[in-house]
Amino acid sequence: MRNKNDKFPAVNIIGAGLAGLSAALSLARKGIPCRLISPMPSERAQSVMAEGGINASLDTMGENDSPAEHYSDTMKGGVYLADPNSVWNLCSKAPGTVNMLLSLGAALRTENGRPVLRNFGGQKKKRTAYAKSSTGKILMTALIDAVRRYESEGTVKRYSHHRLHSLDIADGKCRGLEAVDLYSRTVISMSGSVILASGGMNSLFPGMTTGSTVNTGDVTALAFACGAELANPEFIQYHPTTFPITGKRCLVSEAARGEGGRLFALRNGKPWYFMEEKYPELGNLMPRDVVSREMYLVMKDKDCGGKVYLDMTGLDKTVWENKLTDLREECIRYLGTDPAKKPVEVSPGIHYYMGGINVDEYHRTNISGLYAAGECACQYHGANRLGGNSMLGAVFGGQIAAESAASETDADNTGVEETVKAGTIEIMQPTGIPGEAAQLLRDSLGIFRSGEKLEAAAEKMQELIDSEQDALQRNRMLLGKAALLGALNRKESRGAHTRTDYPGTDDKNYRKTTVAVFDGKEIKVSFRDIPEKRGEGK
Amino acid sequence: MKYLLEIWRQRDRETEGSFRTYLYETDSLSVTVASALSELNGRKELKDISGEITEKIVWECSCLQKKCGACAMLIDGRPRLACDTKLSENKKGKIRLEPLRKFPIIADLTADRQVIFDDLKRMQIWSESEIFADDRNNSLMYEASRCIQCGCCLEVCPNFAAGEKFYGMSAMVPASRLLAVMKGKNGSDLRKQYGKVITDGCGKSLACRNICPAGIDIEGLMARSNAAVLWRSLFGFMR
Repeated sequence: MRNKNDKFPAVNIIGAGLAGLSAALSLARKGIPCRLISPMPSERAQSVMAEGGINASLDTMGENDSPAEHYSDTMKGGVYLADPNSVWNLCSKAPGTVNMLLSLGAALRTENGRPVLRNFGGQKKKRTAYAKSSTGKILMTALIDAVRRYESEGTVKRYSHHRLHSLDIADGKCRGLEAVDLYSRTVISMSGSVILASGGMNSLFPGMTTGSTVNTGDVTALAFACGAELANPEFIQYHPTTFPITGKRCLVSEAARGEGGRLFALRNGKPWYFMEEKYPELGNLMPRDVVSREMYLVMKDKDCGGKVYLDMTGLDKTVWENKLTDLREECIRYLGTDPAKKPVEVSPGIHYYMGGINVDEYHRTNISGLYAAGECACQYHGANRLGGNSMLGAVFGGQIAAESAASETDADNTGVEETVKAGTIEIMQPTGIPGEAAQLLRDSLGIFRSGEKLEAAAEKMQELIDSEQDALQRNRMLLGKAALLGALNRKESRGAHTRTDYPGTDDKNYRKTTVAVFDGKEIKVSFRDIPEKRGEGK
Repeated sequence: MKYLLEIWRQRDRETEGSFRTYLYETDSLSVTVASALSELNGRKELKDISGEITEKIVWECSCLQKKCGACAMLIDGRPRLACDTKLSENKKGKIRLEPLRKFPIIADLTADRQVIFDDLKRMQIWSESEIFADDRNNSLMYEASRCIQCGCCLEVCPNFAAGEKFYGMSAMVPASRLLAVMKGKNGSDLRKQYGKVITDGCGKSLACRNICPAGIDIEGLMARSNAAVLWRSLFGFMR
């Protein structure tokens, strides 16, 4: 432990959700000071919305589960696009990660002192620890309390109404940042290395996402505009069971199917349990990409009336009382339907971005001193994320990013500099990307995609970029264009990316990471080999 | 249906504020205050009812589904979440929106609720050693983990004033998660703090009953925590 009064490099963390808090806790436990910078307090982070659970092969249900099976399900669910060494680290250490959260008093459901596990998509064994359908909130509370101790002693300094304004990047190195205080409208410059933990890219798809409006993706867009590589930006997860509410989509957790909920369509007036018929083994619990694709096709089928329902009426009373209480309340509140009494109409909605800032196994970006973890980073989930792996990836990734930042901080970077610039700046209210750009992305980056549409959209997007005056919106459009180009250049179908003109999976050419980089003038897209698996595990 | 939204407009901390009225029309019964505010801000020009162009409305929101507490404000005088309040609940068609008044106003409908988080820090709500939610206290700790720190309970509390020595239910709830299990010096420190800033200050007005947007069983948690603090201080009872 270093002396608190020593001058030594500090780490700046952008985002105070699960990944950011986890990074802060890891650094603080080593005695390394950090700044936790976020537009709102942790209590308002998207992580509090996470419902279903967190995966770990704790094997408390007598099913003989193992890290090797968790690894193999995650790789298979991601259609072998994830870095196998990173996934092995994630899965082999998952029991330790969940046990760490339990040791903070996280109120995950237990029986006889051991966490109860539930079924989740793409996994044959019960592996998902949970707290009713509010797992994210319960984990966040435990982490927030744990980090508070270090805030009090000054190791963690919070900037709870601050947004990233710029990154200080030169010669391939990140030396600090500027943040704008949203309350005083002043800009503060801070030195030190930077961990980005800012979540997904919801501003690209206004009204179509289940997440928080604060997770705009503006941090990712800024990093990309500054030269940080993006990986797999075309892989966008459509969660099968969502419903629209004004301004966004509301999630019906996969836990509903894990506990026995069944998808059906009315084909010629009769219930057709299409998932159970087509996939007898996993049925309704196939990975999300598969379920969403099937639902899309069923909804297009003229005999099925364009609608798909989730039937939870057969669920036991105790399931509603102990496991899905909040989900039931939400359906009643926002849909006006009691799911215990009547099937709920659902359709796919954007829920997660598998792609994001390109990081290696150690959560390092291509820019030294710049790290990324959580949903803003592309790591662990390949072409399709399994339910229960996002919170795990955020907590674990935050730890790894912190370890890397701790071991690599520059001696010449004192991290203590902090200057407030004179004058105030105007602050935009958070909104989505402008209408025309949003429509291009919506129309061409759906569940099914075609080269023709993607090409036209990418061209049109460039015109919009050229005529856009606002830097923030231009960066968002650039990010959107990278996703379009990723999808256009990936001439195959895999996981969440389905091309009507290339329906097959092409391992030879495309079992590779899409890498997009902006050189200041144009976006270059290439495909990079995925690292070979080292010795451990399967 | 036509709604008249009377919205508190205040440019910044220094400027005086006043109400301005905006017209909002919808046929839907499910439109929330949050969606109406988003729609008003999405207009190319935001005109009030007299036709004057005004700045966009400064307000905070994040999850839009009752999980984060960002959009707490006074709606017709009652602290509520904008995402959890339907316009159609108001039968008169005239709805008044203003920021929470117990906290410094930043602009329009945004209040600076930092004191809530500062109080949690002052109260030392953390554990220095490992703690586990076992089967016996799991449901209590779950319930106590649900506070969204929106500030609605503080707004209605006759005993709470920002910066004063009573911290209110937004501190009681998270403290009760730890009081359920904490032992040793760290635990006895928290119990002492709890006595000072919660038990001693609460006038039992019950104004916070039924105000919590998360529907937390505040009375139940407080009864359990008060008992834990009292028993241990009287008898040094350690589990």
